[in-house]
Amino acid sequence: MKKILLTLALTFLLSLFTSVVFAQDPTPSDDEVNAVASQLYCPVCESTPLDVCPTEACRQWRDLIRQQLADGMTEDQIKQYFVDNYGARVLAEPPKQGSYWLFYILPPVIILAGAIILFRSLKAWTKPIAAPASSGAERSEPSKDEYVSKFEEELKKRK
Amino acid sequence: MFAEFGYGILVVAFLVALYSVVAAIYGATNKSASLVESARRAMLLTFPLISIAAASLIYLLVNDHYEVSFVYEVTSRSMPTYLKITAWWGGQAGSLVFWSFLLSAFASAVTLRKWERDIEFLPWVIVVCSVTLIFFLGLVIFYENPFTRFWLVGGNVEPHMFAPLNATLFTAQDGQGLNPLLRHPGMVIHPPMLYLGFVSYVIPYAFAMAALITGRTDDRWIRLTRRWSLWAWLFLSFGLVLGGRWAYDVLGWGGYWGWDPVEIAAFMPWLTGTAFLHSVMIQEKRGLLKHWNMILVILTYSLVIFGTFLTRSGVLSSVHAFANSPIGPLFMGFVSLSLIVSIALVIWRWPDLQSETEMKSMLSREALFLLNNLLFMSILVVCFWGVIFPLASELFTGQKITVGPPFYERATAPLFSALLFLMAVAPLSAWGHSTVQTLGRAMWKSAVAASIVTVILFFTYTSKIGALIGFFLVTLILFVTFQEFWRGARARQKVQGENFFTALSRLMGRNRRRYGGYIIHISMALMAIGILGIEIFQTSTQGLLAQGEELEIAGYTVKYRELASWDDAGKGVNFTRATVDIYENGIYLGELNPRIDYYFDSQQNMTIPGNRSTFRDDLYILLVDWQPVSNMGATFKIYVNPLVNWLWIGSLLFLVGIIFAAWPDHDPAEEPVRNVRRVGQSSAAD
Repeated sequence: MKKILLTLALTFLLSLFTSVVFAQDPTPSDDEVNAVASQLYCPVCESTPLDVCPTEACRQWRDLIRQQLADGMTEDQIKQYFVDNYGARVLAEPPKQGSYWLFYILPPVIILAGAIILFRSLKAWTKPIAAPASSGAERSEPSKDEYVSKFEEELKKRK
Repeated sequence: MFAEFGYGILVVAFLVALYSVVAAIYGATNKSASLVESARRAMLLTFPLISIAAASLIYLLVNDHYEVSFVYEVTSRSMPTYLKITAWWGGQAGSLVFWSFLLSAFASAVTLRKWERDIEFLPWVIVVCSVTLIFFLGLVIFYENPFTRFWLVGGNVEPHMFAPLNATLFTAQDGQGLNPLLRHPGMVIHPPMLYLGFVSYVIPYAFAMAALITGRTDDRWIRLTRRWSLWAWLFLSFGLVLGGRWAYDVLGWGGYWGWDPVEIAAFMPWLTGTAFLHSVMIQEKRGLLKHWNMILVILTYSLVIFGTFLTRSGVLSSVHAFANSPIGPLFMGFVSLSLIVSIALVIWRWPDLQSETEMKSMLSREALFLLNNLLFMSILVVCFWGVIFPLASELFTGQKITVGPPFYERATAPLFSALLFLMAVAPLSAWGHSTVQTLGRAMWKSAVAASIVTVILFFTYTSKIGALIGFFLVTLILFVTFQEFWRGARARQKVQGENFFTALSRLMGRNRRRYGGYIIHISMALMAIGILGIEIFQTSTQGLLAQGEELEIAGYTVKYRELASWDDAGKGVNFTRATVDIYENGIYLGELNPRIDYYFDSQQNMTIPGNRSTFRDDLYILLVDWQPVSNMGATFKIYVNPLVNWLWIGSLLFLVGIIFAAWPDHDPAEEPVRNVRRVGQSSAAD
């Protein structure tokens, strides 16, 4: 019986404590709401983040985010809620899954291909030219100069 | 009467442009100078014709002719006259007339030049300009007619150009008024500047096509259009900067650039145009990259049309809107056709476009310019993909998606950083040949100085690695560029015996393009400081304040004093203005007045920030909401945007640099053909 009373008392105290904690849990601030809203895009207006969109619909969505934060939902859960209800377009960029991977892969592939083409072309164009004498001021690489001059000196010595 | 007259004149201009194309082609293929001359005069005639049509439209706009649907859509009685005039380009139909007007003006200006040495280009330049003009005039005449009027037909109001059977003209009491966002001075000038830039690029493209068709594939076309390219770049750049400033002042989100598809539409031709500006120098100096320059100018022209298509076809709001709009598919068809024809011409002339010399070194200036081109094209790929992918996704999967700033910022930040690095290195490399040693020798002092500045910034300003890399690159550019000015002026001072400032001004005056380019590099570095500041260090807070309450942010205290709301019947606007007091570390700095203007005619709000701007930062306050009944509370959003002023200072210097480089001094076309310089040498003239 004592145990039951103790348990009840503890439960009562705990419930008081938790309700006190809940009552003291402040309403999420505008900054906390905006921190989530800025990562979402207005499903109605084009290219407008939710934190700065002035429409009534967005105001209501911000209030919803405030409520969800107060209810203890995490940032990811709130984002997922909006995706489930309004589609992937509410995210600032496509989700990294399924066919959307193409979106992330293609630009670096094209840029890399461009870089490879450029460097191969540059390499091909910068091959040592056949007749350096055609242009008196052309500089061949210093190491080659030294090599050639040494070679010529050697030849002279042997003569 | 003015509506029928204006429309009739546009139809005549359309027919005249058609004639000029036929006459020019026939004249060129049959070597008939008189027919080519006739085509030239027809081209010239389009300008006064379109000007008269535009004047008719302006007359209707200014005099409140609300029976004309375009006038009804973009003006209202409460708008001042200057805004009624600028409403010309505030709506779709009018902006297409504006495009045509500018194109006919530029094409006429080109056809008026002396053509003796280049007469074979003339008919084909006319053809390209006129075909483009026909396309735009065709859109106006057949699909987006600004002279369409309202008619009362069986109790319904319908828009038609000419009176349907048993219809009477319907005149609305007042117009809807221009979107208030477009009434800002920045937005009044921003579209014309962009259009000027867009349309100017038609001219280099026309010359390039003329060069391909005639087989005169030397760099004559580049020399003839060098200045056009620079002015086109100036206008496009100015348009972009004004757009950024407008966004900062009016859109109320604390930023200047949101990577919105409409912004990117204007940015893409700027990217290829900038690559082209650098790349043509390689052809002029070294006779290399003839194919590439052709491709760049073709891309720029196509992106100009594509950009107009993106903003004008409704495709960005919905692929379905695009499919239902008649002009969307027409734009796509025109872009595709011009691209295919142009590329076919390049392929046809491929053997004639071979390089005259060879690349000698991977670190030569031409190689670094090529790397610069690669970076600009990479940014273009990111931008193009970011705009196209959502459209493709909606079209093929029905799924709408957003591509917002995080993607673009992540993808372009390293590319922009690499461009900054090139901006520091390339001016020190020589045409023809450079080595790590020569570059190192020229650069080490600047690199040491930049490193010292970066270390000081690390101890005094920030420890963020991205910011430090950015500041290092910026200071490196500044030191290298100033060193170049110093070195050039000192050398001249020694040789000519002039004082330093005379030597500097004469040096710059005689090498406008080079030193104009350096001024632009300095301006880019300053702009980069502003961008680093706002991108990396921006802070914001938002809160509901009762009168007398405060918000704290980054050392500032913002105290809400009062709010006033009143109607201005003359302007048709309700103003709601808050007054807040600003303190920094307890010291009173003054008051700011963020406000919201509500326009009765268009039933739209405009959020005007209260902004305190210094070289160090901007304190940017928005009135988000207020309690109209109690007048007790108002919600404010406050941004602190460090260093952002340097973006605008850099932008102004940027314009100075371009004007300096493009200012007419002598006819560049009369310059001698490429100076075959000794390899390994650089010259002050480049």
